[in-house]
Amino acid sequence: MSDSVSQLVDHLFRHQSGRLVSHLVRTLGPAHVDLAEDVVQDALVAALRSWALDGVPANPGAWLTRVAKNRALDVLRRRSALKAKYADVLAQQALRSGLGDEGESVRFADELDDDVLRMIFACCHPEIAPAARGPLTLKLACGFGVSEIARAFVAAEATISQRIVRAKRQLRSGAVEIEVPTGGEVGERVDSVLDVLYLVFNEGYAAHRGENLVRSELVDEAIRLTRLLIDHEGTALPQAHALLSLMLLQASRIPARVDDHGSLVLLADQDRSRWDQARIAEGFRCLAAASGGEYLSEFHVQAAIAVCHVTARRDADTDWEQILAHYDTLVARFPSAIASLNRAVAISKVKGPLEGLAELDDLGADVLDGYYLFPATRGELLSQAGRHEDALAAFLRALELVTSDPERVFLESRVRGLS
Amino acid sequence: MAKFTLKFMLALHDDPRGFDDLSPEEMQQIVRRYTEWAGKLAEEGRMAGGEKLSDDGGKVIRRDGGEAVVKDGPYSETKEVFAGFFLIHANSYEDAVEVSRTCPHLEYGGTIEIRAVDLQ
Repeated sequence: MSDSVSQLVDHLFRHQSGRLVSHLVRTLGPAHVDLAEDVVQDALVAALRSWALDGVPANPGAWLTRVAKNRALDVLRRRSALKAKYADVLAQQALRSGLGDEGESVRFADELDDDVLRMIFACCHPEIAPAARGPLTLKLACGFGVSEIARAFVAAEATISQRIVRAKRQLRSGAVEIEVPTGGEVGERVDSVLDVLYLVFNEGYAAHRGENLVRSELVDEAIRLTRLLIDHEGTALPQAHALLSLMLLQASRIPARVDDHGSLVLLADQDRSRWDQARIAEGFRCLAAASGGEYLSEFHVQAAIAVCHVTARRDADTDWEQILAHYDTLVARFPSAIASLNRAVAISKVKGPLEGLAELDDLGADVLDGYYLFPATRGELLSQAGRHEDALAAFLRALELVTSDPERVFLESRVRGLS
Repeated sequence: MAKFTLKFMLALHDDPRGFDDLSPEEMQQIVRRYTEWAGKLAEEGRMAGGEKLSDDGGKVIRRDGGEAVVKDGPYSETKEVFAGFFLIHANSYEDAVEVSRTCPHLEYGGTIEIRAVDLQ
């Protein structure tokens, strides 16, 4: 029995579910996406009930694949017995010709990874509504449940489920091909996937809402999927390497970002010996691989900034001038309010808090008032400039906007320090 | 095994549709709970076996007059099915009940029927 427990590797059910749904949708066609999800769910329930009593079989992945495929065949057979449908007959043939593949495990495992990649491209297709792409990817390609996705995006289950239902309708209609793109459109399509993966990563890493600062499952999942992209010849573009590098370098700091009480620890105060050196090393390798072409993506610049931070052995060693130069590039080429905010911080480090404040105030009141990080950063700079009353007001404003518990605790301690 | 004097069958009944809405991760957690429970029993020398039964309800054969009549099992229409069993070593019904109390099956809405194996 103890052998059985060890065979049940972490997230086996989740990963296998994503792979099998992807595989079946590719085999049966997107019109059968609901069938694919149903039979995989049935196979997992069967596994749950059988393995609980019998123990886990020697090859759990092959067991699940066999059961899901047989179940799909049963359903299709029953359907075509009621009313012969050409598509169902074709789907049965496709399934039969694939049965037995799971025995040749190495080749089949590669094939499954390719199917997951196809599914990700379908889920992040321009035809799918932007807000649905992340949830749909997690649901179909990664085996997350609706309640888990709702928790990850801190949205109501009904909202997430509606988005997924609509997006699946798009898939079923055939508007979206289940293929990894090739030729001229690869770059654009990869960019769309990368944006979704970075969104998933950030939902996990920055975790703007909820009780935990980091939802490591999302971080791990985003990294895993980005790896699939760079392991596939056609999609291993420089920007994909750059994103993986950025994710790894940022994720290397996760062990130091929260203290033993679950409170936020600012970069300057982190115990750098707790940073994950393996991730840092891989991040560097990926960035080297990303630097092959002339193409400079937003992720390249962000990764370069992350490099400046992880190479500083102490906070005081941080090369802020270099970082500011990178933020200048970022704001010029890929402008966003967050990039400007971070550039203002870099300016304050190089030229002093008043210069940083001036930069921040240039962003305009409507931007500054929308997201807690803006007043919080203003409060920080005001406090450094010795303007304590203004700083207090800014922190109080930030407290009204903050939605994650550790960040709230952090701001409250700032307010206490000033009042 | 000498320290246990009796053997019990824990017959597990459950509603197979009760797991339909779980996420893959939640299902895996449940499998883990069961295998850990069974593993602990094995360590204590209590585990004597376990099998999952198929959910098709099986067959029932009974002599009706002169002829043996075979029918489909009774389970297809009912909500709960006899899902499978564990065989465990224990010293008394009380002992077997205590062991069953810790079985995850109860947490997930299942029923456990405890029967002593007649060793006389």
